[in-house]
Amino acid sequence: MLHDIFIAPFQDMFSAPDFLLQVLWEGLVSGILYALIALGFVLIFRSSRIFNFAQGIMVVFAALTLVGLHAMGVPAWICVLLTLGVMFVLAMAIERVVLRPLVGQPDIILFMATIGITLFLIGFGEIIFGGENKVMITEELGIPTGSWTLEPFGGLLILEQKDVTAVVVAALLVIGLLVFLSRTQMGRAIRALGDDSQAALSVGISLHTIWVLVWFIAGIIALVTGIAWGARAGVSFALEVIAYKALPVLMLGGLESIAGAIIGGLMIGLLEKLFEIYWGQPLMGGNTETWFAFVLALLVLLFRPQGLFGEKIIERV
Amino acid sequence: MTDQAEGYTTADGRKIGGVVMEMKNITLRFGGVVAIHNISFDIREGEIRAIIGPNGAGKSSMLNVISGFYTPSEGEVWYKGAKRPPMKPYEVARQGVARTFQNIALFEGMSVLDNVMTGRLTHMKAGILPQMIWKGRAEAEETENRIIAERVIDFLEIQHIRKTPVARLPYGLKKRVELARALAAEPTILLLDEPMAGMNVEEKEDMCRFILDVNDEFGTTIALIEHDMGVVMDLSDRVVVMDYGKKIGDGSPDEVRNNQDVIDAYLGVQH
Repeated sequence: MLHDIFIAPFQDMFSAPDFLLQVLWEGLVSGILYALIALGFVLIFRSSRIFNFAQGIMVVFAALTLVGLHAMGVPAWICVLLTLGVMFVLAMAIERVVLRPLVGQPDIILFMATIGITLFLIGFGEIIFGGENKVMITEELGIPTGSWTLEPFGGLLILEQKDVTAVVVAALLVIGLLVFLSRTQMGRAIRALGDDSQAALSVGISLHTIWVLVWFIAGIIALVTGIAWGARAGVSFALEVIAYKALPVLMLGGLESIAGAIIGGLMIGLLEKLFEIYWGQPLMGGNTETWFAFVLALLVLLFRPQGLFGEKIIERV
Repeated sequence: MTDQAEGYTTADGRKIGGVVMEMKNITLRFGGVVAIHNISFDIREGEIRAIIGPNGAGKSSMLNVISGFYTPSEGEVWYKGAKRPPMKPYEVARQGVARTFQNIALFEGMSVLDNVMTGRLTHMKAGILPQMIWKGRAEAEETENRIIAERVIDFLEIQHIRKTPVARLPYGLKKRVELARALAAEPTILLLDEPMAGMNVEEKEDMCRFILDVNDEFGTTIALIEHDMGVVMDLSDRVVVMDYGKKIGDGSPDEVRNNQDVIDAYLGVQH
């Protein structure tokens, strides 16, 4: 038994390094997508202290809008622009109808409001686009669907081109976002508002503008995630479930750290895949990916409640 | 010195211009509490105007009315010759009124430079899209903002901590960074809420020098609240004295110093 847990898996890894690489690659791809969703959470939390439960459904809604518009005969790239427009309108509507009337309410009220947004988007999405599964318009968007075959260590490594595209696009998005936040006045305004809202008001920052902006950015992230995940698993409301994987990512990375969200996402993606292949399937009959991340998060909560990268909370007594 | 005339000349020979901001019969109530009772005064271009008074006199409330954090229950605020409608604080800021806070409100997680740069937000013209793609106007504006921010940082002698996160700075320097952020906005009126509070003698002297230099160098109109009488008398051109929400004196430091009501408010009266 101990041999199976502590020795056999590592022997497997070293005896077939090409397969290990394949597993790591698969883990990296899902990790990047978890990281993107977590990033959406972090952005909104940092600028408004709202834990946005609706981030997951925004992914589904963005993907549905994209596919739905295309089904109406609109060219693919125009669909992307229109979907971005829809996400912007959604951001404005959420700010005007939900957030603005609730300014100054306790966090839990705002959290409940985002659950309301989730339910609304599920219902609204179903009415407009129908509830059945759809296929992501991968080819129409010009995303390559072939695969590359590499032969490291004399073995075999297959990289799906759409996964490579997803990783590259996600990386560009994250880099762009970091530059935007650190080098532009709007970015500074977003960070400032998260730090001290009263001081932010005194330097001319409008709460409303920044909230719309941040929710719009979360919408853009949702669209990219929706396309990437939809290309692998199709577009359906079940996609929302993957958003819950972002919760353990946030516990690992902390709610406030962008770097934490990215590293946390990658870690969860990689570890759950490794665990599934080398421990889960041989020892537990597989399907450990559904719960592994949550158990890991529980362990982190036990030993580092502030997350791996969060600020240590010191309370004066 | 005549208040009615178009401006006046100070004892040290500085020319003071016309009225920039005028408070007309301001009353501010919180439920049954009257924080400010029917107060009028003006702030003139280029002067250092102080509002003083014992604790709880309503000074901070007055500053909050000027900066838009409170809306007066009665009375009017006139700014640059026009009546100001009720406004949000960020709108007041964009009109050219910058402020600091008594308890320091800085963006703790950001560097000193980034904090000062947020002061330039009132001058932001490029839209969201150009900023997102970092093109055209946004780029030119960033350069311009940076030049002004660096000039302010030089002026207040905080170059050595430009990249330091604000959270790590000692109190006195934080106060200075807050002043820098307000100055970076190139404000028409600079409001200082107890700029010397909690400082030691050296820090107070530094702050005094900076306030005078700012007024001198940039010609900035400054309105400040302070309860340290000595400091105020040295710094200001004209002083409003408040007590229990009422105005009990208004004039040059000498006039105020000799005003019996003011003496009573500060030293107490025998009954």
